[in-house]
Amino acid sequence: MLPVLAALAGAGLVALLIYGVSQQAASRTLDERVASREYPVAPDASSLLPVLDGHGTSSLRSLKGKVVVLNFWASWCQPCEQEAPLLERTQNRLRRDDGTVLGVTYLDATPDSRSFVHHYRLSYPNLRDNTGAFARSYGTDQLPESFIIDRRGRVVAISRGEVDQGFLDRALALAQQA
Amino acid sequence: MRPARWRLAPVLLAQLALLGAPTAAPAAATAVPRASLTNIERQVMCVTCKIPLNVAESPQADRERAYIQGLINEGRDEAQIKDALVGQYGSTVLGLPATHGFDLTVYLVPAAVVVALLGLMALVLRRWRRAAHAPAPPPPGSSSLSASDSARLDADLSRFD
Repeated sequence: MLPVLAALAGAGLVALLIYGVSQQAASRTLDERVASREYPVAPDASSLLPVLDGHGTSSLRSLKGKVVVLNFWASWCQPCEQEAPLLERTQNRLRRDDGTVLGVTYLDATPDSRSFVHHYRLSYPNLRDNTGAFARSYGTDQLPESFIIDRRGRVVAISRGEVDQGFLDRALALAQQA
Repeated sequence: MRPARWRLAPVLLAQLALLGAPTAAPAAATAVPRASLTNIERQVMCVTCKIPLNVAESPQADRERAYIQGLINEGRDEAQIKDALVGQYGSTVLGLPATHGFDLTVYLVPAAVVVALLGLMALVLRRWRRAAHAPAPPPPGSSSLSASDSARLDADLSRFD
């Protein structure tokens, strides 16, 4: 009886370990659905996040009806520095078409993020994901990552890494026609 | 033209301000820090490297240190600094598992293992006790063999003589 119980307990612990390790990996469900052109609704859109440059909170949902380039970034991330001027140019372009870039800082201290915004003269709104929960819902574990969201609030393209002009052109065309 | 006493007023005000300044400056300069960077570094994580901050060497780790040092310079104590760090980086900065979801197993599994071990010990103790209270085995030689077994044993033993 005892050996059977011990074996069951051991097997249970191993199963728990395997499940725990599999849970640690970032979810790629969004990527799979976007790749199969299912275009899922942007996760956690109603989640209220602190506004970077002031008091109060805002959410992705508040931008519904607009094409949104949701960009996760941090001031310590070098590729984020590389893509910041391109995102600012994209913001100028989107502003004319009733769209916007929405920056979300992740694992970054507010003073550093604010210096970054000031340094690159970013005019688009930025929020702070101060718990990491919002980024996790997008499967974000590395920076930068960008999600293109159409007017209906659906994710139509994903870039896990630095964005380039080609990606933005294609993704925004897709978002604007959707 | 303004009277002389009015022309002197800004000068007097400036002198008063200068008199006040030296009293404020040393107070700030001599403020004793209420926390130490070394202590806090040992208790928090580098959020991107996912290792304790005191052993982390990366630009992000340096920024975290600078942020902590800034808070120390502001005169905040350890608890306040940790709260501020959680506000900036989330609870992962403390390196403690969450108390919800799958992370809860970190707290529950050790408790379950302890309970299981206690149960096992109780079971083993009970067996020992039962064994101790069981009737003692008959002393050697007092075994009651049947006549045929006894005869066969004697025969076998006699072959070795």
